[in-house]
Amino acid sequence: MSDPSVRSPAGLLEEARTLRWETGGNVHEKLVEAVYTEAARLADRAVLRPDDRRFDLDRTIDRLVTSRTWGIPIMVLLFALVFWITITGANIPSAWLSDLLIGRIYPALQSGAAAINMPAWISGLLIDGMYLATAWVVSVMLPPMAIFFPLFTLLEDFGYLPRVAFNLDALFKRAGAHGKQALSMMMGFGCNAAGVIATRIIDSPRERLIAILTNNFALCNGRWPTQILLATIFIGALAPAYLAGLVSALAVVGITMLGVLLTFVTSWGLSKTLLKGEVSTFSLELPPYRPPRVLQTIYTSIIDRTIYVLWRAVVFAMPAGAAIWLSANVQVGGLSLAEHLINFLNPFGLLIGLNGVILVAYIVAIPANEIVIPTVLMLTVLTAGLSGVGSGAGVMFDASSGSATHAVLQAGGWTLLTGLNLMLFSLIHNPCSTTLYTIYKETGSMRWMILSAVIPLAMGFTVTFFVAQIWRLVAALL
Amino acid sequence: MSEVKPLTPQAACETCPVHNAANLLKLGVDMTDWDYVVALAGNPNTGKSTVFNALTGLRQHTGNWPGKTVTRAEGGFEYGGHKYKLVDLPGTYSLLSTSLDEEVARDFLLFGQPDVSIVVVDATRLERNLNLALQVMEITERVVICLNLMDEARRHGLQVDERRLARDLGVPVVPTSARYSRGLDDLVAAIADVANGVTRPKPRRLKSLTPELERVVSRLAAHVEELYPDLPNARWVALRLLDGDERIAEAIHLGELGDLSRGLSPEEGMSIQPAAEASR
Repeated sequence: MSDPSVRSPAGLLEEARTLRWETGGNVHEKLVEAVYTEAARLADRAVLRPDDRRFDLDRTIDRLVTSRTWGIPIMVLLFALVFWITITGANIPSAWLSDLLIGRIYPALQSGAAAINMPAWISGLLIDGMYLATAWVVSVMLPPMAIFFPLFTLLEDFGYLPRVAFNLDALFKRAGAHGKQALSMMMGFGCNAAGVIATRIIDSPRERLIAILTNNFALCNGRWPTQILLATIFIGALAPAYLAGLVSALAVVGITMLGVLLTFVTSWGLSKTLLKGEVSTFSLELPPYRPPRVLQTIYTSIIDRTIYVLWRAVVFAMPAGAAIWLSANVQVGGLSLAEHLINFLNPFGLLIGLNGVILVAYIVAIPANEIVIPTVLMLTVLTAGLSGVGSGAGVMFDASSGSATHAVLQAGGWTLLTGLNLMLFSLIHNPCSTTLYTIYKETGSMRWMILSAVIPLAMGFTVTFFVAQIWRLVAALL
Repeated sequence: MSEVKPLTPQAACETCPVHNAANLLKLGVDMTDWDYVVALAGNPNTGKSTVFNALTGLRQHTGNWPGKTVTRAEGGFEYGGHKYKLVDLPGTYSLLSTSLDEEVARDFLLFGQPDVSIVVVDATRLERNLNLALQVMEITERVVICLNLMDEARRHGLQVDERRLARDLGVPVVPTSARYSRGLDDLVAAIADVANGVTRPKPRRLKSLTPELERVVSRLAAHVEELYPDLPNARWVALRLLDGDERIAEAIHLGELGDLSRGLSPEEGMSIQPAAEASR
């Protein structure tokens, strides 16, 4: 029938190679052309277009939100609005939850434990350690998350995020990165591990690595509540009460934009040093705007994001709470273990405008960024001269005296600089262990994984160091 | 005042074949022993994940932007006494290039040998979406087109003649608005019909190749067929070989195509991950 050499896999491949030469090697173009011609013909036969060009709402919106002049201001404004609603909306339920969980249930648990003569170390471990850490996670994080995530998901469902990508595309190109990085960055605003996986849409390995290494600069679910809380109690408090919400919202927008800026700067740096190469082009599709399905969005964002993040925080907070309590109560040479560690890290912490407690909290929070604030609060209460949580608690957690969290932090010696630098450090530090593991899996390389932790960490230390020095210099001059 | 009475009497529904759709059982991630594997392909942002969620009862995160799904998600449903495993593939514009997400989709359609492949198509962007549909139809015959986003097409004043499209393509075309759960009953019924062999799609093959290329493709396809007699898509394999597709050449070299044509499932040796690593 045909020549027998073809009757083996190797023969077939050889035959294909020969025939490829015969076709002149442009099979790909011909194939694509054939597909396109056919698709155009079929679509033309099946679709009946309206003759009158009616007013096209999508086009009109697009012209506005992706315009050169208005695109970025509108973006800043929209994000500011989302944060403002979150911050002003979260205040009341936050105070209410904290009053309930820490102001009422916590003392009740303590007196209950005392009534049944529970040994002090058990009640300390369970109530002062595990319960308190969990209560803080819930009261500090739940309200902002329950408001922020649905709002953000509504924007996403409406179709706004690809427009942001469109606005940022030119900037990414100039930074030597792939325009689609804007999309993986958007995913990173939810979860960096998901953002790292999303870089698969980038087909050039060089640009994909840039996107992976810089994804961490997109604030993730675990860090939004931290930023929102710190902005509220430190930055918002500077402004008169009626402006506080707005000022805090702008501070969070500022941090977010700084993250985007750092993404550009780092991408640019990488594309000039470790990852040199050409920028590839692509076409970005702007999907149609769709009326968001409000109820469904709220439902799924609460189940998928709010409860998920909260659960993750609680799961990590409970053992962390126990460990922190133990370390604060096991004494070695007159000082607790926690104090030893905090004292050891404190000089370096103060040098960069943070403190030992924060650095310990970041070590504890390597598995999950969510528990930074609860850990900071626990450590501050347990070590910073606030020992005897039970007795001191009545004063500290009195909800009528304003923000309980603020009171704890002030007692721990925090200043505006500490708050600001923690916001910066929360933005610029190593990714959580889940993200690092994902990076390892996606790149298959230990080297890139380590770099993706070391680069932001070094940048974080540098930025906070300089901010602290300049701050102190200016403060001394004034 | 007066109560609105349902227009259709219950009895009429029970005899209607669509009625079975009410018996759709969403199985979520429970996929112990399925009867059929169904792949869900389509351009980015056409609502694949929404269809996936509607059929399986799962809540894969959906979002209005291209590139949301980059890995495959799996879920199950039961309908008319059969269990189906549904695999949600990453959205792709074509199966001809080499990015990772396209490879995941392409490898599954080719090596996963699904019993039915649904191509979710955006009714408002039919031309571009048909590009992918035509390519999928080159790989497998058992295709159902889910003509999604019909609500948006209507909003834009577009009319899509799904019957003519079905006739032209030679495969079932089901209009849906997955976001509002419209048309999904028909979709499930169409999937079941193709899976059970009640409907036998006869997809159109690419006709616009140049005669010279056509000659070469047929010659190579004949050889592929000779070597792997049971392969359902010899012509497509031939086209890819002529295009210099390394992945296909590798599959021939490693004997994976041979396994396929002997009806062995290559799932075990042919997971998606190694392909991803190999391309790096």
